[in-house]
Formats: sequence, C-alpha cells, structure tokens
Amino acid sequence: MWIFLATEILMFGGLFCAYAVYRAAHPDVFLYAHHFLDQNLGALNTIVLLTSSLTMAWGVRSAQIGKRKLLVIMLMLTLLGGLGFMAVKTVEYKDKWQYKWLGFHNMFYPGNESLRDEYFKKHDHDSGHGDIDLNHDVWHHDEMMDEPDTTSSSDIEQEVAVSHTLQTPPHSGPPGLSESYLHPGDRTDSDPHDTQITFNNLSPTDQYRVHLFFQIYFLMTGLHGLHVLVGMALIFYLLVRAVRGHFSPAYYTPVDLIGLYWHLVDLIWILLFPLLYLIH
Amino acid sequence: MNTAAKQHRFSTYHTHLVPPSVLVSVFLLLILLTIATVAATWIDLGQYNIWIAMIIAVAKAALVALYFMHLRYDSPFNALILVIALLFTTMFIAITLKDTVINTRNLQPPPSAASNTG
Repeated sequence: MWIFLATEILMFGGLFCAYAVYRAAHPDVFLYAHHFLDQNLGALNTIVLLTSSLTMAWGVRSAQIGKRKLLVIMLMLTLLGGLGFMAVKTVEYKDKWQYKWLGFHNMFYPGNESLRDEYFKKHDHDSGHGDIDLNHDVWHHDEMMDEPDTTSSSDIEQEVAVSHTLQTPPHSGPPGLSESYLHPGDRTDSDPHDTQITFNNLSPTDQYRVHLFFQIYFLMTGLHGLHVLVGMALIFYLLVRAVRGHFSPAYYTPVDLIGLYWHLVDLIWILLFPLLYLIH
Repeated sequence: MNTAAKQHRFSTYHTHLVPPSVLVSVFLLLILLTIATVAATWIDLGQYNIWIAMIIAVAKAALVALYFMHLRYDSPFNALILVIALLFTTMFIAITLKDTVINTRNLQPPPSAASNTG
C-alpha cells in the first residue's frame, strides 16, 4: 500500500513541479490570480477534510478493537466529510463555470477579452479596461527574457528598447495585450507587498499568462477531487462490508489501507491549500 | 488479567491502537495550524510568507502521516518508502526549478511570432 501511495505522491509531484516552475517565473501572475479563489471556502474545506481524516483514523481504531457499530458511524461521518468537501468544491467550480473558465473559454485567454470585460463589469473589479486598447495589438518578443520581479526600472527601459527593435508590426499577434509596456513610465514596477495588485499593473506579458494559474488550479484540484471521489467510493464499499460485519480485530486490513489512502488525499489537500489559496 | 489477555490477543496481529486522546489532540493541533497558516497571510513578511506557509503545511502533513497514518508505530520500512518518494519528488522539483531559473534568460525569442499566430 505504501508503495502505491508513493506512486501517488510522484504523480502529484509532477503537478507540484509545474506549479513551482510557473510560480517562480511569474510570481505576480499567481499573486494576482489567487484573489479569484475564495480563501474561506478553501479553509472550510481543509477543516472538513481534516475532520473526515479524524473520523477515518477513529474508524480504523474501532475496527481494530472490533466495535462494529462505532466503525459504521465513523465510516458514515467520513463519507459525509467527503461529500461536504465535494459540495464546497462544487460551489467553487460552479462560480467559475458560470463564466466559462473551464475548457477553452477561460476569460484570461487571448481572444476572450469580451468575457473578461463582462466579468469585470459585473464584479466591479479592477479591470481598468479603459487603458487596454483592444484594437491595437502588440506581440511580445521578450516573453522568455522577461523577469517580472527583479528588474530595476533602468533594466526595463533597456529591455523595452530591445523589444522595440525586435517588434513585429502591430495587428500580427494575439489581441488583448496592452500597449503600455512600450512606455516604461506606465508600467508599475509592481512591488506586490505595498500595493494591491491589479490586472492593470501586471506587466502585459503577465496579463497574457494569467490563464496559466487557472489551468494549474483546475488540474491540481481536479485531480485531487477525483481522488476524493474514488476515496468516497472505497469508503462506501467499506461501509457496506462493515454493516455486514465482515471486519473483526483479526481482519481489518481493508479498513486500514483505504484509511491510508484517505489520509493521503487529505495530506495532498494540506499542501494544495496554502499553495493555491494563500499566496502572499 | 482480562486486559492482559486482551493485550496479548491484539499483539499477535501486530496492532497498535492509537488512543482517541492522541487522535483528538492531533486533530486539534491540525485545526490550530490551519488557522495559523491563514492568519500568517495577514502579516506581511515578504518572501518569508511562503516559507512559513510551507513549514506549517509540512508540519501538518507530518502529523497526518505519523499519527493518522500510524507511520510512527509501523515498521520503519513504510516510512522509508514515503521518505524516498518525497526525496525524489523534491529532487525532481528542485532540479527543474534550478534549470528554469538558469536557462530562461538564455532562451531566444521565437524567430517569428507573426507567422505563428496568422
């Protein structure tokens, strides 16, 4: 069982790696985009999952000492915890589904500016779309060389000078990128800690990358949610067997192993929660 | 006498019972740490915020693994598997990160973005 859990860790490890690379490269994007996640719902879900872990561990204990009734109650509570988790997750996903953030219609994709404007208007968010000239498109050549956090303003000027020489004619790239990067004065050298970061004071290349956060978010929480669903199915199976009285102090291995799986799912959420919801 | 007999019966199944008091106190500690990690975001500590968040997360993960997953009472081989998996994951992430940080600035821009986007 532990070897299976190790492969699970390695599978999520790939996603954590993707997360780490993108966050290291574009810290402002993550800082900005995480405001779209509800911290309270995330914390609530952490507590729900921790509680279900407690009841699961207690369930294993009751199986070990042969308390069938207690085992059934604990398994039911654990199942309820999983259900609660998925319910909160559904609320979170539904909010994003409404604005078609799943699939190809993420409002932060280039080409979906109308969706974004609609969203910002509705939520009275800091769109500042007055500043974004949608008709004037600029494609960035310096994407890869862009270093959002550490560049001093003179570096930016140099960078901009370089990008001027590399620049292709307008109207050739994906729409929606602001022109403001051409004027270094307009670009807020974003120190995320003294100002609330807004869509507009992200550098245009970062504006173009906001969707990456949501792709990582949906992939990580989606895979985790899938694990919760599998775990719930397994716990239901345990529940049926427990009601039939299959488990005893001599035979409780399935309870123990599925318990381990459930705790691992909890453990992964413990890591996901600060990484996705509590970016500072 | 009765309890001794019970003890013996269970020990033949290599069982270690985690007492409810331990389970509940671990749970309370986990909740406390969850509150702490949320509260830590209210204070601005610059780059240390991420470290505090990660240290708390790792502490919570360790609590879950040691007590809820009863690794503490298991054969050390199980812990070894977990530690090795974590070690490889860490290596994987660390090397990839290092590579990204070093090489990103050396990457050339795409030769012609215009032709790609048509």
